[in-house]
Amino acid sequence: MFGRLSWSAIPFDQPIIMGTCGTIAAVLLALGILISAKGWWPYLWREWITSVDHKRIGVMYMVLGLVMLLRGFADAIMMRSQLALAAGQAAGYLPPEHYDQIFSAHGTIMIFFVAMPFVVGLMNFVLPLQLGVRDVAFPVINSVSFWLTAAGVLLVNLSLFVGEFARTGWLAYPPLSELAYSPGVGVDYYLWSLQLSGIGTLLSGINLTTTILKMRAPGMGYMQMPIFCWTSLASNLLIIAAFPVLTATFGMLLLDRYCDFHFFTNELGGNPMMYINLIWIWGHPEVYILMLPVFGVFSEVVATFSGKPLFGYRSMVAATMAICVLSFIVWLHHFFTMGAGADVNGFFGIATMIIAVPTGVKVFNWMFTMYGGRVRFTVPMYWTLGFIVTFVVGGMTGVLMAIPPADFVLHNSLFLIAHFHNVAIGGVVFGVMAGMSYWFPKAFGFKLNERLGKAVFWCWFIGFFLAFMPLYALGLMGATRRMQHYPNTHWQPLMVVALAGAVVILVGIALTVVQLVVSIRDRRANRDGTGDPWNGRTLEWSMPSPPPAWNFSVLPNVKQPDAYWELKKAGGAHRPPPGAFANLHMPRNTPVGIFLAFFAVILGFALIWRIDWLAAVGLTGTLATALRESWRTDREEVIPARVVAAYEHEQDTLEHPVAPAETCRTRPEVARNDVRITVGSES
Amino acid sequence: MSTGEGVLHGVPDLPLALRGPAPSRVVAGFGFWLFLLSDIIMFAALFAAYAVLCSATAGGPNGAELFDKPRVFLETMCLLASSATCGFGTIAMFRDNTRATYLWMGITFLLGACFLSIEGREFASMLAAGAGPSHSAFLSAFFALVGTHGLHVTVGLGWLIVMILQVATLGFQPMVKRRLYCFGLFWHALDIVWIGVFTIVYLGAR
Repeated sequence: MFGRLSWSAIPFDQPIIMGTCGTIAAVLLALGILISAKGWWPYLWREWITSVDHKRIGVMYMVLGLVMLLRGFADAIMMRSQLALAAGQAAGYLPPEHYDQIFSAHGTIMIFFVAMPFVVGLMNFVLPLQLGVRDVAFPVINSVSFWLTAAGVLLVNLSLFVGEFARTGWLAYPPLSELAYSPGVGVDYYLWSLQLSGIGTLLSGINLTTTILKMRAPGMGYMQMPIFCWTSLASNLLIIAAFPVLTATFGMLLLDRYCDFHFFTNELGGNPMMYINLIWIWGHPEVYILMLPVFGVFSEVVATFSGKPLFGYRSMVAATMAICVLSFIVWLHHFFTMGAGADVNGFFGIATMIIAVPTGVKVFNWMFTMYGGRVRFTVPMYWTLGFIVTFVVGGMTGVLMAIPPADFVLHNSLFLIAHFHNVAIGGVVFGVMAGMSYWFPKAFGFKLNERLGKAVFWCWFIGFFLAFMPLYALGLMGATRRMQHYPNTHWQPLMVVALAGAVVILVGIALTVVQLVVSIRDRRANRDGTGDPWNGRTLEWSMPSPPPAWNFSVLPNVKQPDAYWELKKAGGAHRPPPGAFANLHMPRNTPVGIFLAFFAVILGFALIWRIDWLAAVGLTGTLATALRESWRTDREEVIPARVVAAYEHEQDTLEHPVAPAETCRTRPEVARNDVRITVGSES
Repeated sequence: MSTGEGVLHGVPDLPLALRGPAPSRVVAGFGFWLFLLSDIIMFAALFAAYAVLCSATAGGPNGAELFDKPRVFLETMCLLASSATCGFGTIAMFRDNTRATYLWMGITFLLGACFLSIEGREFASMLAAGAGPSHSAFLSAFFALVGTHGLHVTVGLGWLIVMILQVATLGFQPMVKRRLYCFGLFWHALDIVWIGVFTIVYLGAR
């Protein structure tokens, strides 16, 4: 009746897990009661859950990423504290089978459910605004993508309470991940949650690529696109090219586990190394799927706060596309130790080093952008400067490991762990934090607290170096990754330093929450009535904050990159004449995303526990939801021209509070209301 | 530059890239092309796995012993013919000719069903002979690759039924036409994948 599911699946005997689950349940219950008591459910349902507005979906991705950051970081601090304790005779407090689940969950969550939602969320929010359009190409599919990602998140978190998670590492290498060696449900949780969220990511990649290539404001050719659009384009092209390989690879492993196939088994001709090749054909581009958009964030931030156009826009575009292509010919550097021979290893080693060239071009472009500029040291700029320093260190250790003989020594050591955290934290996390503090006022209409923002930065910056520099040293001393205990007590002091670093980062994460609370409390004082708090250069700053549902009342007509800056310099364009507003056709909200995700979770859960009838329910529900949606004809709602005109009139007459002094100093003598984009021709 | 789009935007000589957001017909088609691209990359991974494993027969039968090439040729012809009829159906749809659309799409469905039944018989005979996917890595890769294509064809037939019902209930709305057009793209893409399967899997078996 219930497949493999029974009461023994719930780990009642594990106090750590039960305590965690109890806390999560209590928090969810409290949230539910609060929302019910305040009567917020209808609002949440109408304005957020069923929303197909790219801005709302982008914000929900960011919230999802933040919540999962807490979960992933809890895993991290458990690992660091275990290793600070478990030296010599001491065993620490985490048994090996639990520790194995923790490092697997940490990697899986941080890449798929923290970094990906953050990056996809930023792209979702920013791209249509920068491109000068009203939404993404497929707004309903956008909602489905988000909710499928959320479905994956739900399954991963369910594994904490019901059953177990994989003990195989974040990429589930076979033959360990095959049924013979991992008979439990852990690997199945891993595979199904990533298949669901992977479909969401692929749909999102198709959606955003179409948006960039087919939906730009009139006059915006490719070389007039803001640089963030270019890096996002590269990232989404990589999603389209890489995620299907992940789906296929996981599909083969699922066939091995469920239907007794022999793709990656040790017996009957199976080839485990084929899995490792295939997974890294996805995995290395994935690194750039995460990195390229944040390169774009840093480019926007550095240009805005230096008050200069980005140095070398064309070379930046070329470097971005070069990385996009090169990222597909380096996958083998993740396993030089496979033994492919000197020629093959040599090719992949050199290809890897070549990637450092376009990346170096970018670093110099950022520095030359600042050179001669009037740099304003705001929070996004702190993250950018911290990134440049940190990322260069990480890049150099990467080039070091691209030398196959060196890699043979460093493979699977803590040196590697230090390297990829150096680029993942110093690059992706810093970039996401920069992007969040940069675009937050656009999303909500008020700025985040600067003092606390700087404190968060210093915690992450110092904490990162404290936590990971010792790991470089330990790696060179021979400490391996995925190690639950070590006999050599000489390593312990460095392990304790690393724990101290993790605690400093913990303070940073706590301060992020404090920063949000304080900023929301002081939102009236931090209000930005101008829509352009940073003296920005691109189109998203040309509209009020938060933007109206339709983004642009009249589509802008673009002539050059930094379109909004050029308009401000020219003293603003004329107001659209009263007759300029037309009826706008906007997509209507729909609950299809959350319904599909609901049935997808049921399907995934049933397949994990081998409950056939429930799987049939999940599959039928999914198909029925999709069919019902396909017969829906009221997909659009019309926003009448007079509503748009009334909104614009209200914005014009609104009394704007004085912008913060720092911004005023460098602002040209134009207020937002004088700056209007010329009336574009609309199709 | 074609002047049609330009006139639409009121600026005849402007390059396509500068004309602002494309009409939804173009956007939907383009997005679906990207999806097809991703689907073909997924097949590429399965082809790669087949190429690696096709000699790993683990002492069991190999392709040359198992495959009935004349039957597969017949199967191939069914699918290729269905692609042609699907194309005629799409033309009929663009001409708003409901009866011709039903006729050609109905033939497409029958030919697709023929393809599937031949494939089903092949699979059944292999399973009956003890050459199932659990027998060797080669057979695992074969059943996964050909089976995934077959699954796509099955989904395509389901989609076709839905589309015919939508034409019957909703008529030739722009939305329905866009979907029927995308179905056509999907069906042709499956043909292209099958040509790869026929060449590499069946003709490649020696």
